[in-house]
Amino acid sequence: MDRRKSIQTIILGAGASALAFHSCKNEGDAAVNNEIPAVEDTKYFGRTPKELERLEKLRAETLFNDHEMETISILSTVILPPKEPHGGPIEADVPEFIEFMGKDIPELQTTLLGGLMWLDHKSNTEFGKEFKSATLEQQKSILDTICYHDIELPLDEQALEIQFFHLMRGLTLTGYYTSKVGIEDLGYKGNQPNVWDGVPQDVLDQHGVAYDPEWIAKCIDQSTRGTIATWDEKGNLLT
Amino acid sequence: MQIKESSEEYDVIIVGSGAGGGMATNRLAEAGLNVAVVEAGPYFDPADPVTMTQLKWPYESPRRGANTDRVFGEWDMAYGGWEVDGEPYTQGEDTDFWWYRSRMLGGRTNHWGRISLRFGPKDFKGKTRDGHGEDWPIGYDDVKPYYDKLDKMVGVFGTNEGLENDPDGFFLPPPKPRLHELFYINGAKKSNIPVIPGRLSMLTKKINNERGVCFYCGQCSRSCSVYADFSSGSCLIFPAQKSGGQVKIFVNSMVREVTTNTEGKATGVSYISKDDRKEYKLKGKVVILAASACSSARILLNSKSKQHPNGLGNSSDLVGKYLHDSTGASAAGFIPGLMNRKMSYNEDGVGGMHVYSPWWGDNSKLNFPRGYHIEVWGGAGMPSYGFGFDANGFNKFFGTKVGGYGDTLRDDVKKYYGSVIGFGGRGEGIAVKENRCEIDPTKVDEFGIPVLKFHYQWSDFERNQAKHMQDTFEELIHNMGGEPLGDKPGKDKDYGLLEPGKIIHEVGTTRMGDDPKTSVTNKFNQLHDVDNVFIVDAGPFVSQADKNCTWTIMALSWRASDYIIEQLKSQNI
Repeated sequence: MDRRKSIQTIILGAGASALAFHSCKNEGDAAVNNEIPAVEDTKYFGRTPKELERLEKLRAETLFNDHEMETISILSTVILPPKEPHGGPIEADVPEFIEFMGKDIPELQTTLLGGLMWLDHKSNTEFGKEFKSATLEQQKSILDTICYHDIELPLDEQALEIQFFHLMRGLTLTGYYTSKVGIEDLGYKGNQPNVWDGVPQDVLDQHGVAYDPEWIAKCIDQSTRGTIATWDEKGNLLT
Repeated sequence: MQIKESSEEYDVIIVGSGAGGGMATNRLAEAGLNVAVVEAGPYFDPADPVTMTQLKWPYESPRRGANTDRVFGEWDMAYGGWEVDGEPYTQGEDTDFWWYRSRMLGGRTNHWGRISLRFGPKDFKGKTRDGHGEDWPIGYDDVKPYYDKLDKMVGVFGTNEGLENDPDGFFLPPPKPRLHELFYINGAKKSNIPVIPGRLSMLTKKINNERGVCFYCGQCSRSCSVYADFSSGSCLIFPAQKSGGQVKIFVNSMVREVTTNTEGKATGVSYISKDDRKEYKLKGKVVILAASACSSARILLNSKSKQHPNGLGNSSDLVGKYLHDSTGASAAGFIPGLMNRKMSYNEDGVGGMHVYSPWWGDNSKLNFPRGYHIEVWGGAGMPSYGFGFDANGFNKFFGTKVGGYGDTLRDDVKKYYGSVIGFGGRGEGIAVKENRCEIDPTKVDEFGIPVLKFHYQWSDFERNQAKHMQDTFEELIHNMGGEPLGDKPGKDKDYGLLEPGKIIHEVGTTRMGDDPKTSVTNKFNQLHDVDNVFIVDAGPFVSQADKNCTWTIMALSWRASDYIIEQLKSQNI
């Protein structure tokens, strides 16, 4: 399906039955005007040459060794266990994302590197093995001591391991919910062409709100969106 | 090194390609003039797939949208920020001014909020109204015809409400409110705060066959690839080129000064090419500065000559003075009634507020002279870097534990997704002479051009206004059954009043007036001192209103362009 077709399908699928592209068909090219330039090369994602250069430089750097990356992978999946059908941190490339952010925002590095060392030290002291090799029960017993911060105190006044866990949980959730699988898990339906025609009735009902008919009467009648606007001399819309 | 001079003499040289420069380009090219546009940044077309960020997903970037490279996040379509590499500025004592610049064709219009509010009759006559500041030499009736034409040419949605100081216009119909906006409408009603549909320059309907119609991705800050939002390039400059106008665009060209002859008249500009770091000269019969209020002031102040020893157009010594930004303060609230959202539909809407509150107060009964409007944000938007960082922080409002790990975090994220509403108050401060930018002779940018130094202090008028904003926001949040987030900023924090420059509405540096002793330009944006130099950015504003400045920049630029055409015809300049 070409892009124009798919946009039309989406628009027709999303809107009310009154919402048709009649006027567009009459005028011939409204849909064409709405044709969004196709971008094949996502490597760019709109970067300037200077920004791309910096990205390449960061990509070439290594922040974590293999052991640390494995520990991050294990830890992130304990924080957010994978769940069908939308996977978990590994499917969302969370470990790679965390490493990149550590390079992109160097202020995060000491907390991340230091926190990983703390995890292994704690695990070695308690169980005689590194965190990644401990059983899930053992891992949880360590995390249980650091996963709740004092909400009355600024985070940077709390123990490093608590700051570390807070950061790891934040990065894990951000990494997951900004990924393809995470966005599907969340159910976010946007970031695609559509025609907004108000909140569905069942959602209005659920939240106990309603549209004021007087207000709605002023809003765009989406069946006329493709018709060129004309006004009388007082500013009343005629078309 | 000899400065390279072009032999061609343009009818008009326009410095800057944002709202003001774009409009002048469009109007003057349409009139058949030979126009040169000089822009400090690169060429930019929102439809170019290489630079486009619209409809990108967070996972297309390794940093998932974080703002390391671009201050409003990496999908934002402004090349620049409050800090620009190689282009520093300095601060006077106790000043913390933030100067935002966007270096690209179209300037800041590529990412702005498209809030397009006409100034009202009262806004042009502040001094008459309350004794503060100064009146404009023009009134609403002088600008109204241009606002009317602008509405039709560029397109803006909104509604005619018959409000005295928020005038009616030629609006496209607005989009229906989103869920959080319905909560806002109900909450505001309880406090008798008016709410009306937003007024934003986005096409909910066709206005011509050249531009597309909004497809509701909510990403106007990424600049629309089908030209359904207003950006200066897509809506003013490209059409001017296509309609056969003679428009020559010089990109990556940083203007240093306006050149003058022995009679003191402008002869053109000199600029530094960022491509080869050499200085060039362009010749023009008329020079129009539209580089932004502060940049244009900087160019004038740097244009010193025997005839203009204090800088061009600065016999009044007022260039750079009366600098003012909109006031701003913000708050956000957690609204339990918005919890547990059904994610069955796409609620992106337009890239901005579908509803807002114009100023409703009576300042004669308040301890600050000018008003503000309220911008509303919220909704279950696309996740980006930072999403989920405090996944269950709102548990504290229910007395349950914050933090932890495991499968329940998924439920927490979904439970609270889209349950926050935020407010931005944007108001009018009083212009004072002491708030200013001037040349700092001790420092240059990487092109060797002396930089600006800022001096800016808020007064109690602005602080009191910010306090009123905070009290109002708190009341609104409670009206919606919500809980304010974060501590309410008190007196020690100026009630959350943002640093000047943060709202990116700086105006006033070359204010207009009838008296050359107390103003820099006349009522047609023309320098009192040099009749072939005009300023069409927000510099000539006598006062900011409780509105955003772009629509008035464009209306006045159009008006000045008509005047220039007429003056050239009658050979007055």
